[in-house]
Amino acid sequence: MNTNTIERLSPWLFTVAMFLIWEAVCRGFKVDPFILPAPSQIFMAMGQYWWPLAKNSFVTLWTTLAGFALAVVFGIVLGLVVGWSRTIYRGLYPVMIGFNSVPKVAVVPILVIWFGIGEIPAILTAFLISFFPIVVNVATGLSTIEPELEDVLRALGAKKLDIMLKIGIPRTQPYLFGALKVAITLAFVGTVVSETIAANAGLGFLMVQAGSNFQMPLVFAGLLLLAAEGIIMYVIFAYIESYFVGWAFRSSMSAAA
Amino acid sequence: MTAFVDIKDVSLTYKGAAGGVHALDGLDLSLQKGEFAAVVGPSGCGKSSLMKLVTGLLPPDRGSIEIDGTAVRGPVKMAGMAFQNPNLLPWRRVIDNVLLPLEIVEPHRSRFRAEKARYREEARALLATVGLDGFGDRYPWELSGGMQQRVSLCRALIHHPALLMLDEPFAALDAFTREELWCVLRDLWQKIGFTVILVTHDLREATFLADKIHVMSARPGRLVMTRPIDFPRPRPIELCFDPAFTDIVHALRAKIGEVRKA
Repeated sequence: MNTNTIERLSPWLFTVAMFLIWEAVCRGFKVDPFILPAPSQIFMAMGQYWWPLAKNSFVTLWTTLAGFALAVVFGIVLGLVVGWSRTIYRGLYPVMIGFNSVPKVAVVPILVIWFGIGEIPAILTAFLISFFPIVVNVATGLSTIEPELEDVLRALGAKKLDIMLKIGIPRTQPYLFGALKVAITLAFVGTVVSETIAANAGLGFLMVQAGSNFQMPLVFAGLLLLAAEGIIMYVIFAYIESYFVGWAFRSSMSAAA
Repeated sequence: MTAFVDIKDVSLTYKGAAGGVHALDGLDLSLQKGEFAAVVGPSGCGKSSLMKLVTGLLPPDRGSIEIDGTAVRGPVKMAGMAFQNPNLLPWRRVIDNVLLPLEIVEPHRSRFRAEKARYREEARALLATVGLDGFGDRYPWELSGGMQQRVSLCRALIHHPALLMLDEPFAALDAFTREELWCVLRDLWQKIGFTVILVTHDLREATFLADKIHVMSARPGRLVMTRPIDFPRPRPIELCFDPAFTDIVHALRAKIGEVRKA
């Protein structure tokens, strides 16, 4: 019971401890706020600029979620196609890896030329950066069906579609939800990359502006808000995951026990 | 009397990147309806290939396989299969795992929605006969290994297959659970009366359960000996300690030692 409480509180304790150490280092070594502002200064900047921060956080949040939603839809569809057949898998895999290896920073200027400055390049960058893990995980879930289980069903006359519907798609769910947690944090990276290059709103834009005005506490306030948004979305997806595919955790736990 | 399963002069070679693997060579094997046959042999003797050939998952390179007078071409649909790994679906309750074949195989498939209640009742009854009364609504991870294997047996039998194919189904269990499951299989077989091909490494298991034991050679697998086992039925588990029983096990062991060296 006691260790349980400590375990539940430990994320908060560690976060608070990190900020306290940070504060102490900044004060103790008299670090120039222009190099590294102390948390107290960052929080003060948050209070002072709460409205622009809130407005731009919201822009970053919705563009990220829009790009992420696109990635989920395309990622699942493409993952199912790729996991369906070995030929498609082998054919598409090099293309996808090549695509994923391209730094998305390099793609943003192209998107800006196509769609202009604004939210659309941010949404598309978030989409491009986050759909790859979804595709790979869905495809992996489908292509790692136990061969014996497949034999059991095929011997009964099951078609490929039967096997996919009865086994493939349900067993892919843990892989999918695992990928969503990774993808949502990547989507934030994509959005902010695009915002820092070409945007007129969003936390990335705000941080670039604040940086060019030498307002370092405000830059760090933007960073902290980004981190907070990422954590909140991660927690939401972790919760959804445990709700929908709790069986995957429990069955692996019982196998380990 | 014509054979129910008739395997004649069957050969099979797997084509691989590093040359073909000659798995079976001129295998002859036949079973009467309702017979319990065990296939034993050194590892890599093509026993698992035999499973795939009989269920129609693989076509032989040469020779013919007939079940109930019809040549096997493609999945046979009237066989149930169980393996060393129970392979239960963790997102389905035990009963829904047992019902899985009915969602696939005709004529049950088209009736499944309409007659779900009846099928569930049937599955519950089958679970009860293997000692899992009241476990239908559990999830597989809540069951022990032996219980999971019982569920796997029920899944293999739910669609009333005429032929049950078992590929070392008890190999991963501890000795006591294994003997318990021998009795479960013995009782199911005597109650329902299906035909069984049991592939195993365990000579005591083969001797305790089977009517006939077929010994296969090392790769490429062919039949080297067929040994009828005529202990009266029903056989009690104490039979395993009978000197006559032990003699058979020793004789089989010697034979397998011989073919391993050859």
